[in-house]
Amino acid sequence: MTNAILLDAKDNVATCTAAASKGDTIKILGGGEIICAEDIPVWHKVALRAIGKGDKVFKYGEVIGEASADIAEGVWVSHENIFSVPRDYNSELI
Amino acid sequence: MNFWGYKRSDGRAGIRNHVLILPTCACGSETARVVASQVRGAVNIIFNTGCSDVAANTELSQKILTGFACNPNVFGVVIIGLGCETVPHAKLRGKIQAMTSKPVVSFGIQEEGGTLKTIEKAVRAARDLAAEAALQQKELCDISELLLGIECGGSDATSGIASNPAVGELSDKLVDLGASTLMSESIEWIGGEHVLARRAATPELHNRIIQICADYEAHLKAAGQDCRAGQPTPGNKDGGLSTIDEKSLGCIRKGGTRPIVEVLNQAERPTKRGAIVMDTAGYDISSVTSMVAAGCNAIIFTTGRGTPTGNAIVPVLKVTANAKTYSWMEDNIDVDLSGIIAGTLTIGEAGELLLGKVHDVCNGRLTKAEAYGFSDVAVDHVCRFV
Repeated sequence: MTNAILLDAKDNVATCTAAASKGDTIKILGGGEIICAEDIPVWHKVALRAIGKGDKVFKYGEVIGEASADIAEGVWVSHENIFSVPRDYNSELI
Repeated sequence: MNFWGYKRSDGRAGIRNHVLILPTCACGSETARVVASQVRGAVNIIFNTGCSDVAANTELSQKILTGFACNPNVFGVVIIGLGCETVPHAKLRGKIQAMTSKPVVSFGIQEEGGTLKTIEKAVRAARDLAAEAALQQKELCDISELLLGIECGGSDATSGIASNPAVGELSDKLVDLGASTLMSESIEWIGGEHVLARRAATPELHNRIIQICADYEAHLKAAGQDCRAGQPTPGNKDGGLSTIDEKSLGCIRKGGTRPIVEVLNQAERPTKRGAIVMDTAGYDISSVTSMVAAGCNAIIFTTGRGTPTGNAIVPVLKVTANAKTYSWMEDNIDVDLSGIIAGTLTIGEAGELLLGKVHDVCNGRLTKAEAYGFSDVAVDHVCRFV
């Protein structure tokens, strides 16, 4: 069994601490288990639930990008299926 | 907490007592290397800028050169110039002498009649400074004299999850003891800048952090570069970091949680004590260069994929939480924090462990990069690094 680290309850991805193979059960440190839907390299992210194209991807409880394609539960989340969204800096000024 | 350091006349404390052989530009660099190789106690840097450059680049090169000379880890300076560069040796010496009372001498290769004659004079000068430096006794200095630079490079997903939070814990401990920490790499705040800005001690500092990121993006865009294309690097992506936002949210954790009391321009010396940030590139060598010029005594450097980097003036202490990287590159990495991932070391315990390691380095323990004599320098320029 492979472990994956969940950093915040809001997150929809977790980080695998070892390479996971399709069909493996991944134990989520922070709660639950998930079936690995494709091979995932060590330190890469697994989707904890279905993420639709255009949905926000959360890690650290913060947005790390948006899905560029539909991502099913247990799938490898990487720069191939998420992208960074430009910031709205003016709205952040106080 | 105290450490044994070298008290300087400007009130700061050094943790090393180097004689620095400082070239004015690329043309003096090889002569400086030969001079340093002849004198125990001397270190040199290779400097690839400093001449035939646009004014803004010359200005930053001068800030780096004068900042290196003024760094409290430096006892005295021997400048090696050529003679026809933008800022010749006597002028650079004058600038440094206006900033510090430490001994500074300088030579020009064209004036002396070539490299061998310059080396002869410069070696004698460096030898005398090294002899004097060796006589200076260490004194007990309060930890509040320490300015620790905080850096990351060759990051992977373990950096943001484990080694950066551990260094953040170290930063909080040092700030609580009265010391100062300096975190840089502003391009690696982008995507996490709203989180970092929450630590700002004033609304002005909050907005400055946001504005630095906005300006950085606009600057690169003007040069035809999308910051999201340059960051994360290919190695970061292989290591599990998918977007600049993901990298940044992990990067900023190394700065800890204490209020940010000052936001500095590149290579600028702090005026306050506590948690400080600086606007620098994400290119780690360039960022470390600017932090050393600002007066950092030592650098703590987290890595996921492994890196050999070192600096001639300050010790660079490298840590990783990636067990494979530590065992594979143990000769380049000082501290193994993989126990955090394995669940055998808490972030709090790791912070305490790092405090002990930094304390040892302050007291004279050589880091691995320091023992090898590594001396990496990169000066950021008008079209900035990513």
